[in-house]
Amino acid sequence: MSDKIRTQEEIAARVKALESMLIEQGVMTTQAIDRMVEIYEHEVGPQLGAKAVVKAWTDPAFRERLLADTTEACQELGIGGLQGEDLVALENTDTVHNVIVCTLCSCYPWPVLGLPPNWYKDPQYRAAITREPRKVLREAFSFEVPESVEVRVWDSSSEMRYWVLPQRPAGTEGWTEEQLLALVTRESMIGVGPVAEAA
Amino acid sequence: MNGVFDLAGTDGVGPVVVPDDEPIFRAEWEKAVFPMFAMCFRAGFFGVDQFRHGIEQIDPAVYLRSPYYEHWVHTVEHFGAKLGKLDLAELDRRTEHYLANPDAPLPAHEDDPELLAFVEAVVPAGAPAGRPSDKVARFAVGDVVRIDRSSPKGHTRRARYVRGAVGEIVLHHGPMIYPDSAGNGLGEDPEHVYTVRFSNAELWGEEHAEPNGAVYFDVWDPYLELVTPAAGSAAAAPATPEGASA
Repeated sequence: MSDKIRTQEEIAARVKALESMLIEQGVMTTQAIDRMVEIYEHEVGPQLGAKAVVKAWTDPAFRERLLADTTEACQELGIGGLQGEDLVALENTDTVHNVIVCTLCSCYPWPVLGLPPNWYKDPQYRAAITREPRKVLREAFSFEVPESVEVRVWDSSSEMRYWVLPQRPAGTEGWTEEQLLALVTRESMIGVGPVAEAA
Repeated sequence: MNGVFDLAGTDGVGPVVVPDDEPIFRAEWEKAVFPMFAMCFRAGFFGVDQFRHGIEQIDPAVYLRSPYYEHWVHTVEHFGAKLGKLDLAELDRRTEHYLANPDAPLPAHEDDPELLAFVEAVVPAGAPAGRPSDKVARFAVGDVVRIDRSSPKGHTRRARYVRGAVGEIVLHHGPMIYPDSAGNGLGEDPEHVYTVRFSNAELWGEEHAEPNGAVYFDVWDPYLELVTPAAGSAAAAPATPEGASA
Protein backbone atom coordinates (compact mmCIF):
# COMPACT_ATOMS: atom_id res chain seq x y z
CA MET A 1 0.00 0.00 0.00
CA SER A 2 1.40 3.34 -1.10
CA ASP A 3 2.35 5.97 1.50
CA LYS A 4 2.83 8.67 -1.13
CA ILE A 5 0.62 11.72 -1.45
CA ARG A 6 -0.12 11.70 -5.18
CA THR A 7 -0.73 14.61 -7.51
CA GLN A 8 -3.89 14.73 -9.60
CA GLU A 9 -1.83 13.62 -12.62
CA GLU A 10 -0.43 10.64 -10.70
CA ILE A 11 -3.87 9.58 -9.49
CA ALA A 12 -5.32 9.93 -12.99
CA ALA A 13 -2.58 7.66 -14.40
CA ARG A 14 -3.04 5.13 -11.61
CA VAL A 15 -6.80 5.05 -12.17
CA LYS A 16 -6.44 4.67 -15.93
CA ALA A 17 -4.02 1.78 -15.40
CA LEU A 18 -6.42 0.11 -12.98
CA GLU A 19 -9.35 0.76 -15.29
CA SER A 20 -7.47 -0.82 -18.20
CA MET A 21 -6.87 -4.01 -16.22
CA LEU A 22 -10.45 -4.23 -14.97
CA ILE A 23 -11.71 -3.68 -18.53
CA GLU A 24 -9.51 -6.50 -19.85
CA GLN A 25 -10.90 -8.78 -17.14
CA GLY A 26 -14.47 -7.93 -18.12
CA VAL A 27 -15.16 -6.41 -14.68
CA MET A 28 -15.95 -3.01 -16.21
CA THR A 29 -16.84 -1.55 -19.60
CA THR A 30 -16.73 2.11 -20.55
CA GLN A 31 -20.40 1.85 -21.47
CA ALA A 32 -21.36 0.68 -17.96
CA ILE A 33 -19.08 3.30 -16.37
CA ASP A 34 -20.73 6.08 -18.40
CA ARG A 35 -24.20 4.85 -17.45
CA MET A 36 -23.39 4.74 -13.73
CA VAL A 37 -22.00 8.28 -13.90
CA GLU A 38 -25.01 9.51 -15.84
CA ILE A 39 -27.39 8.10 -13.22
CA TYR A 40 -25.70 9.95 -10.34
CA GLU A 41 -25.07 13.14 -12.30
CA HIS A 42 -28.57 13.49 -13.69
CA GLU A 43 -31.11 11.05 -12.23
CA VAL A 44 -30.50 10.30 -8.55
CA GLY A 45 -30.12 13.50 -6.51
CA PRO A 46 -31.64 15.67 -3.78
CA GLN A 47 -34.63 16.50 -5.97
CA LEU A 48 -35.93 13.02 -5.02
CA GLY A 49 -35.70 13.64 -1.28
CA ALA A 50 -37.36 17.01 -1.83
CA LYS A 51 -40.26 15.25 -3.54
CA ALA A 52 -40.79 13.07 -0.46
CA VAL A 53 -40.50 16.08 1.87
CA VAL A 54 -43.12 18.10 -0.03
CA LYS A 55 -45.44 15.08 -0.16
CA ALA A 56 -45.07 14.76 3.63
CA TRP A 57 -45.79 18.48 4.07
CA THR A 58 -48.97 18.33 1.99
CA ASP A 59 -50.31 14.85 2.74
CA PRO A 60 -50.64 14.04 6.48
CA ALA A 61 -51.34 10.36 5.84
CA PHE A 62 -48.16 10.07 3.75
CA ARG A 63 -46.19 11.90 6.48
CA GLU A 64 -47.33 9.27 8.97
CA ARG A 65 -46.36 6.44 6.65
CA LEU A 66 -43.00 8.11 5.96
CA LEU A 67 -42.20 8.35 9.67
CA ALA A 68 -43.48 4.81 10.37
CA ASP A 69 -41.57 3.08 7.53
CA THR A 70 -39.51 5.44 5.43
CA THR A 71 -38.22 2.82 2.99
CA GLU A 72 -41.72 1.61 2.16
CA ALA A 73 -43.23 5.12 1.91
CA CYS A 74 -40.44 6.23 -0.44
CA GLN A 75 -41.16 3.21 -2.64
CA GLU A 76 -44.62 4.71 -3.25
CA LEU A 77 -42.81 7.56 -5.00
CA GLY A 78 -40.45 5.23 -6.86
CA ILE A 79 -37.57 6.26 -4.57
CA GLY A 80 -35.15 3.68 -3.16
CA GLY A 81 -32.15 1.49 -3.88
CA LEU A 82 -28.40 1.47 -3.54
CA GLN A 83 -27.10 2.91 -0.23
CA GLY A 84 -30.64 3.58 0.91
CA GLU A 85 -31.98 0.06 1.31
CA ASP A 86 -33.05 0.97 4.87
CA LEU A 87 -34.08 4.60 5.14
CA VAL A 88 -35.19 6.51 8.26
CA ALA A 89 -36.59 10.04 7.94
CA LEU A 90 -35.99 12.20 11.04
CA GLU A 91 -38.64 14.84 11.64
CA ASN A 92 -37.58 18.30 12.75
CA THR A 93 -39.99 20.04 15.14
CA ASP A 94 -40.12 23.25 17.18
CA THR A 95 -38.05 21.50 19.85
CA VAL A 96 -35.85 19.03 17.91
CA HIS A 97 -33.32 19.59 15.13
CA ASN A 98 -31.66 16.59 13.45
CA VAL A 99 -28.37 16.40 11.57
CA ILE A 100 -26.64 13.43 9.92
CA VAL A 101 -23.02 12.30 9.64
CA CYS A 102 -20.93 9.19 9.03
CA THR A 103 -17.92 9.58 11.32
CA LEU A 104 -16.38 6.23 10.27
CA CYS A 105 -16.50 6.70 6.48
CA SER A 106 -18.99 8.50 4.22
CA CYS A 107 -22.37 6.70 4.47
CA TYR A 108 -25.16 8.82 3.00
CA PRO A 109 -28.71 8.12 1.74
CA TRP A 110 -28.00 8.06 -2.01
CA PRO A 111 -31.58 7.35 -3.22
CA VAL A 112 -32.95 10.54 -1.62
CA LEU A 113 -29.91 12.85 -1.72
CA GLY A 114 -27.65 11.50 -4.49
CA LEU A 115 -23.91 11.35 -3.84
CA PRO A 116 -22.63 13.34 -0.85
CA PRO A 117 -20.83 16.68 -1.20
CA ASN A 118 -17.10 16.49 -0.50
CA TRP A 119 -17.25 18.39 2.81
CA TYR A 120 -19.55 15.62 4.15
CA LYS A 121 -16.90 12.98 3.35
CA ASP A 122 -13.89 15.03 4.47
CA PRO A 123 -12.25 14.56 7.89
CA GLN A 124 -13.15 18.01 9.24
CA TYR A 125 -16.95 17.62 9.31
CA ARG A 126 -16.78 14.00 10.46
CA ALA A 127 -14.42 14.93 13.31
CA ALA A 128 -16.37 17.90 14.64
CA ILE A 129 -20.09 17.39 14.13
CA THR A 130 -20.74 14.90 16.95
CA ARG A 131 -18.64 16.96 19.38
CA GLU A 132 -19.66 20.54 18.58
CA PRO A 133 -22.65 20.42 16.22
CA ARG A 134 -23.95 23.91 17.06
CA LYS A 135 -20.53 25.40 16.48
CA VAL A 136 -20.10 23.61 13.13
CA LEU A 137 -23.57 24.66 11.97
CA ARG A 138 -22.89 28.25 13.03
CA GLU A 139 -19.34 28.62 11.70
CA ALA A 140 -19.38 26.51 8.52
CA PHE A 141 -23.02 26.87 7.49
CA SER A 142 -24.09 30.20 9.10
CA PHE A 143 -26.97 28.26 10.64
CA GLU A 144 -27.90 29.09 14.23
CA VAL A 145 -29.99 26.56 16.18
CA PRO A 146 -31.46 28.17 19.33
CA GLU A 147 -30.34 26.61 22.62
CA SER A 148 -33.97 25.78 23.41
CA VAL A 149 -33.98 23.40 20.43
CA GLU A 150 -32.34 20.02 21.05
CA VAL A 151 -29.70 19.06 18.48
CA ARG A 152 -29.67 15.35 17.63
CA VAL A 153 -26.71 14.09 15.60
CA TRP A 154 -27.25 10.74 13.83
CA ASP A 155 -24.00 8.87 13.14
CA SER A 156 -24.69 6.28 10.39
CA SER A 157 -22.54 3.46 11.74
CA SER A 158 -24.76 0.71 10.28
CA GLU A 159 -26.55 0.29 6.94
CA MET A 160 -29.51 2.32 8.26
CA ARG A 161 -29.57 5.57 6.30
CA TYR A 162 -30.91 8.61 8.13
CA TRP A 163 -32.01 11.90 6.56
CA VAL A 164 -33.92 14.90 7.76
CA LEU A 165 -37.54 15.88 7.17
CA PRO A 166 -37.33 19.65 7.67
CA GLN A 167 -40.22 21.71 9.00
CA ARG A 168 -42.54 23.36 6.52
CA PRO A 169 -41.95 27.10 6.79
CA ALA A 170 -44.75 29.38 7.94
CA GLY A 171 -46.40 31.49 5.29
CA THR A 172 -46.53 28.72 2.68
CA GLU A 173 -50.20 27.83 3.06
CA GLY A 174 -51.80 27.15 -0.30
CA TRP A 175 -48.47 26.98 -2.14
CA THR A 176 -48.20 24.70 -5.16
CA GLU A 177 -46.01 21.61 -5.08
CA GLU A 178 -43.57 23.34 -7.42
CA GLN A 179 -43.25 26.37 -5.12
CA LEU A 180 -42.69 24.11 -2.10
CA LEU A 181 -40.08 21.96 -3.93
CA ALA A 182 -38.00 25.08 -4.51
CA LEU A 183 -37.71 25.54 -0.71
CA VAL A 184 -36.21 22.12 0.05
CA THR A 185 -32.41 22.30 -0.08
CA ARG A 186 -29.96 19.42 0.13
CA GLU A 187 -28.53 21.08 3.26
CA SER A 188 -31.97 21.09 4.93
CA MET A 189 -32.20 17.30 4.44
CA ILE A 190 -28.68 16.75 5.84
CA GLY A 191 -29.61 19.03 8.72
CA VAL A 192 -26.84 21.60 8.23
CA GLY A 193 -29.09 24.32 6.87
CA PRO A 194 -32.62 25.64 6.89
CA VAL A 195 -35.09 25.33 4.05
CA ALA A 196 -34.96 28.31 1.72
CA GLU A 197 -36.76 31.52 2.74
CA ALA A 198 -40.44 31.61 1.86
CA ALA A 199 -40.04 34.86 -0.06
CA MET B 1 -9.23 -1.40 14.32
CA ASN B 2 -8.11 1.76 16.10
CA GLY B 3 -7.39 3.74 12.93
CA VAL B 4 -7.33 7.44 12.06
CA PHE B 5 -10.42 6.97 9.87
CA ASP B 6 -12.38 6.78 13.15
CA LEU B 7 -12.56 10.55 13.36
CA ALA B 8 -15.42 11.51 15.67
CA GLY B 9 -14.24 13.91 18.35
CA THR B 10 -10.78 14.37 16.83
CA ASP B 11 -9.64 17.96 17.43
CA GLY B 12 -7.23 19.98 15.36
CA VAL B 13 -8.10 18.80 11.86
CA GLY B 14 -9.20 22.27 10.80
CA PRO B 15 -12.43 24.01 9.92
CA VAL B 16 -15.17 22.55 7.72
CA VAL B 17 -14.80 24.13 4.30
CA VAL B 18 -17.96 24.33 2.21
CA PRO B 19 -17.51 25.56 -1.37
CA ASP B 20 -20.38 27.52 -2.89
CA ASP B 21 -20.90 24.82 -5.46
CA GLU B 22 -19.01 21.84 -6.80
CA PRO B 23 -19.63 19.22 -9.47
CA ILE B 24 -20.63 15.66 -8.51
CA PHE B 25 -17.31 14.47 -9.98
CA ARG B 26 -14.40 16.92 -9.81
CA ALA B 27 -12.16 15.11 -12.31
CA GLU B 28 -12.50 12.53 -15.08
CA TRP B 29 -10.64 9.96 -12.99
CA GLU B 30 -13.32 10.24 -10.27
CA LYS B 31 -15.91 9.13 -12.84
CA ALA B 32 -13.93 5.97 -13.54
CA VAL B 33 -13.46 5.16 -9.84
CA PHE B 34 -17.03 5.65 -8.63
CA PRO B 35 -18.44 2.68 -10.65
CA MET B 36 -15.66 0.40 -9.35
CA PHE B 37 -17.54 -0.08 -6.06
CA ALA B 38 -20.58 -1.68 -7.71
CA MET B 39 -18.72 -3.46 -10.51
CA CYS B 40 -15.92 -4.93 -8.38
CA PHE B 41 -18.58 -5.97 -5.84
CA ARG B 42 -20.31 -7.85 -8.69
CA ALA B 43 -16.98 -9.42 -9.69
CA GLY B 44 -16.48 -10.77 -6.16
CA PHE B 45 -13.68 -8.46 -5.00
CA PHE B 46 -15.39 -7.55 -1.71
CA GLY B 47 -18.62 -7.00 0.18
CA VAL B 48 -19.39 -3.52 1.47
CA ASP B 49 -17.88 -4.22 4.92
CA GLN B 50 -14.62 -5.49 3.40
CA PHE B 51 -14.62 -2.49 1.05
CA ARG B 52 -14.63 -0.22 4.11
CA HIS B 53 -11.92 -2.24 5.85
CA GLY B 54 -9.66 -1.92 2.81
CA ILE B 55 -9.99 1.86 3.13
CA GLU B 56 -9.31 1.73 6.87
CA GLN B 57 -5.91 0.18 6.16
CA ILE B 58 -4.68 3.06 3.98
CA ASP B 59 -1.58 4.84 5.27
CA PRO B 60 -3.05 7.38 7.75
CA ALA B 61 -1.32 10.42 6.23
CA VAL B 62 -2.57 9.45 2.77
CA TYR B 63 -6.06 8.81 4.15
CA LEU B 64 -6.31 12.28 5.65
CA ARG B 65 -4.78 14.15 2.70
CA SER B 66 -5.97 12.36 -0.43
CA PRO B 67 -9.10 13.15 -2.46
CA TYR B 68 -12.04 10.99 -1.42
CA TYR B 69 -12.29 8.69 -4.41
CA GLU B 70 -8.59 7.82 -4.17
CA HIS B 71 -9.60 5.83 -1.06
CA TRP B 72 -11.67 3.62 -3.33
CA VAL B 73 -8.66 3.02 -5.59
CA HIS B 74 -6.70 1.74 -2.60
CA THR B 75 -9.37 -0.73 -1.49
CA VAL B 76 -9.87 -2.07 -5.06
CA GLU B 77 -6.10 -2.60 -5.33
CA HIS B 78 -5.95 -4.14 -1.85
CA PHE B 79 -8.56 -6.80 -2.59
CA GLY B 80 -7.55 -7.23 -6.23
CA ALA B 81 -4.02 -8.14 -5.12
CA LYS B 82 -5.18 -10.23 -2.17
CA LEU B 83 -7.48 -12.33 -4.36
CA GLY B 84 -4.93 -12.69 -7.16
CA LYS B 85 -7.14 -10.69 -9.55
CA LEU B 86 -4.66 -7.82 -9.94
CA ASP B 87 -0.93 -8.03 -10.58
CA LEU B 88 0.41 -4.92 -8.84
CA ALA B 89 3.71 -4.98 -10.78
CA GLU B 90 1.69 -4.85 -14.00
CA LEU B 91 -0.44 -2.08 -12.51
CA ASP B 92 2.75 -0.11 -11.75
CA ARG B 93 3.98 -0.60 -15.33
CA ARG B 94 0.70 0.62 -16.78
CA THR B 95 0.66 3.56 -14.39
CA GLU B 96 4.06 4.66 -15.75
CA HIS B 97 2.71 4.24 -19.27
CA TYR B 98 -0.35 6.43 -18.66
CA LEU B 99 1.72 8.95 -16.67
CA ALA B 100 3.96 9.39 -19.74
CA ASN B 101 1.02 9.16 -22.16
CA PRO B 102 -2.07 10.53 -20.38
CA ASP B 103 -4.12 10.49 -23.57
CA ALA B 104 -3.24 6.92 -24.53
CA PRO B 105 -6.46 4.99 -25.13
CA LEU B 106 -7.95 2.34 -22.88
CA PRO B 107 -7.93 -1.21 -24.26
CA ALA B 108 -10.48 -1.76 -27.01
CA HIS B 109 -13.39 -3.86 -25.75
CA GLU B 110 -16.95 -4.91 -26.53
CA ASP B 111 -19.96 -3.59 -24.61
CA ASP B 112 -21.39 -6.06 -22.12
CA PRO B 113 -25.21 -6.04 -22.03
CA GLU B 114 -25.24 -8.05 -18.80
CA LEU B 115 -23.05 -5.51 -17.03
CA LEU B 116 -25.26 -2.67 -18.20
CA ALA B 117 -28.33 -4.60 -17.02
CA PHE B 118 -26.63 -5.06 -13.64
CA VAL B 119 -26.17 -1.29 -13.31
CA GLU B 120 -29.78 -0.60 -14.24
CA ALA B 121 -30.96 -3.21 -11.72
CA VAL B 122 -28.67 -2.56 -8.74
CA VAL B 123 -29.24 1.21 -8.51
CA PRO B 124 -33.00 1.00 -7.82
CA ALA B 125 -32.84 -2.35 -5.95
CA GLY B 126 -29.70 -1.90 -3.87
CA ALA B 127 -28.17 -4.68 -1.80
CA PRO B 128 -30.05 -4.81 1.52
CA ALA B 129 -28.10 -5.83 4.64
CA GLY B 130 -31.13 -7.13 6.56
CA ARG B 131 -31.06 -10.91 7.06
CA PRO B 132 -33.37 -13.44 8.67
CA SER B 133 -31.92 -14.90 11.86
CA ASP B 134 -32.98 -17.20 14.66
CA LYS B 135 -30.99 -15.13 17.12
CA VAL B 136 -33.13 -13.60 19.85
CA ALA B 137 -32.58 -9.89 20.42
CA ARG B 138 -30.93 -9.60 23.84
CA PHE B 139 -32.09 -5.99 24.26
CA ALA B 140 -35.21 -3.91 23.81
CA VAL B 141 -36.11 -0.27 23.20
CA GLY B 142 -35.81 1.55 26.53
CA ASP B 143 -32.97 -0.59 27.87
CA VAL B 144 -30.01 1.36 29.21
CA VAL B 145 -26.86 -0.23 27.79
CA ARG B 146 -23.11 0.24 27.70
CA ILE B 147 -20.92 -0.30 24.63
CA ASP B 148 -18.11 -2.66 25.52
CA ARG B 149 -14.45 -1.57 25.58
CA SER B 150 -13.39 -4.18 23.03
CA SER B 151 -10.66 -3.02 20.57
CA PRO B 152 -10.65 -5.57 17.73
CA LYS B 153 -7.67 -5.28 15.39
CA GLY B 154 -9.78 -6.17 12.36
CA HIS B 155 -12.86 -4.40 11.01
CA THR B 156 -15.52 -3.23 13.46
CA ARG B 157 -18.00 -0.36 13.69
CA ARG B 158 -17.16 0.34 17.34
CA ALA B 159 -16.15 3.98 17.07
CA ARG B 160 -13.78 4.89 19.89
CA TYR B 161 -15.89 7.80 21.12
CA VAL B 162 -18.79 5.56 22.13
CA ARG B 163 -16.80 2.71 23.68
CA GLY B 164 -17.63 2.38 27.36
CA ALA B 165 -20.37 5.00 27.09
CA VAL B 166 -23.85 4.44 28.51
CA GLY B 167 -26.95 5.23 26.48
CA GLU B 168 -30.54 4.20 25.87
CA ILE B 169 -31.80 2.02 23.04
CA VAL B 170 -34.30 4.04 20.99
CA LEU B 171 -34.76 1.88 17.88
CA HIS B 172 -34.49 -1.84 17.11
CA HIS B 173 -33.92 -2.60 13.42
CA GLY B 174 -33.75 -6.42 13.42
CA PRO B 175 -30.87 -8.64 12.30
CA MET B 176 -28.40 -7.37 9.69
CA ILE B 177 -24.99 -8.45 8.33
CA TYR B 178 -22.42 -8.22 11.16
CA PRO B 179 -19.43 -6.05 10.13
CA ASP B 180 -17.04 -7.63 12.65
CA SER B 181 -17.55 -10.90 10.81
CA ALA B 182 -18.28 -9.84 7.20
CA GLY B 183 -15.63 -7.10 7.13
CA ASN B 184 -12.98 -9.65 8.08
CA GLY B 185 -14.01 -12.23 5.47
CA LEU B 186 -15.72 -14.47 8.03
CA GLY B 187 -19.26 -14.52 6.63
CA GLU B 188 -22.42 -12.54 7.26
CA ASP B 189 -23.23 -13.87 10.74
CA PRO B 190 -26.25 -11.54 11.14
CA GLU B 191 -26.84 -9.80 14.49
CA HIS B 192 -29.60 -7.52 15.75
CA VAL B 193 -29.00 -3.80 15.18
CA TYR B 194 -30.14 -1.05 17.53
CA THR B 195 -29.87 2.72 17.65
CA VAL B 196 -28.50 3.95 20.98
CA ARG B 197 -28.92 7.53 22.19
CA PHE B 198 -26.00 9.08 24.09
CA SER B 199 -26.23 12.50 25.75
CA ASN B 200 -23.52 14.98 24.77
CA ALA B 201 -22.41 15.08 28.41
CA GLU B 202 -21.95 11.28 28.48
CA LEU B 203 -19.68 11.41 25.43
CA TRP B 204 -17.65 14.55 26.09
CA GLY B 205 -18.09 15.34 29.80
CA GLU B 206 -20.29 18.06 31.29
CA GLU B 207 -17.58 20.70 31.07
CA HIS B 208 -16.87 20.30 27.36
CA ALA B 209 -20.24 19.16 25.96
CA GLU B 210 -22.63 21.43 24.08
CA PRO B 211 -25.97 21.90 25.88
CA ASN B 212 -29.25 20.26 24.92
CA GLY B 213 -28.04 17.63 22.51
CA ALA B 214 -27.45 13.94 21.93
CA VAL B 215 -25.76 11.59 19.48
CA TYR B 216 -27.51 8.57 18.00
CA PHE B 217 -25.23 5.67 17.08
CA ASP B 218 -26.10 2.26 15.61
CA VAL B 219 -24.70 -0.87 17.24
CA TRP B 220 -24.87 -4.62 16.81
CA ASP B 221 -26.08 -6.83 19.66
CA PRO B 222 -22.62 -8.23 20.62
CA TYR B 223 -21.29 -4.67 21.25
CA LEU B 224 -23.67 -4.18 24.16
CA GLU B 225 -23.96 -4.99 27.82
CA LEU B 226 -27.09 -4.28 29.86
CA VAL B 227 -26.98 -1.58 32.53
CA THR B 228 -30.68 -1.19 33.39
CA PRO B 229 -33.64 -2.88 31.72
CA ALA B 230 -36.36 -0.67 30.27
CA ALA B 231 -38.77 0.65 32.91
CA GLY B 232 -41.85 -1.56 32.95
CA SER B 233 -40.05 -4.27 31.02
CA ALA B 234 -41.48 -7.74 31.67
CA ALA B 235 -38.03 -9.00 32.58
CA ALA B 236 -36.82 -7.14 35.63
CA ALA B 237 -33.93 -9.61 35.40
CA PRO B 238 -31.09 -9.08 32.91
CA ALA B 239 -32.33 -9.61 29.35
CA THR B 240 -29.48 -11.95 28.49
CA PRO B 241 -30.14 -15.58 27.54
CA GLU B 242 -28.16 -16.65 30.63
CA GLY B 243 -30.24 -14.38 32.84
CA ALA B 244 -33.49 -15.57 31.31
CA SER B 245 -32.69 -19.23 31.92
CA ALA B 246 -31.31 -18.76 35.44
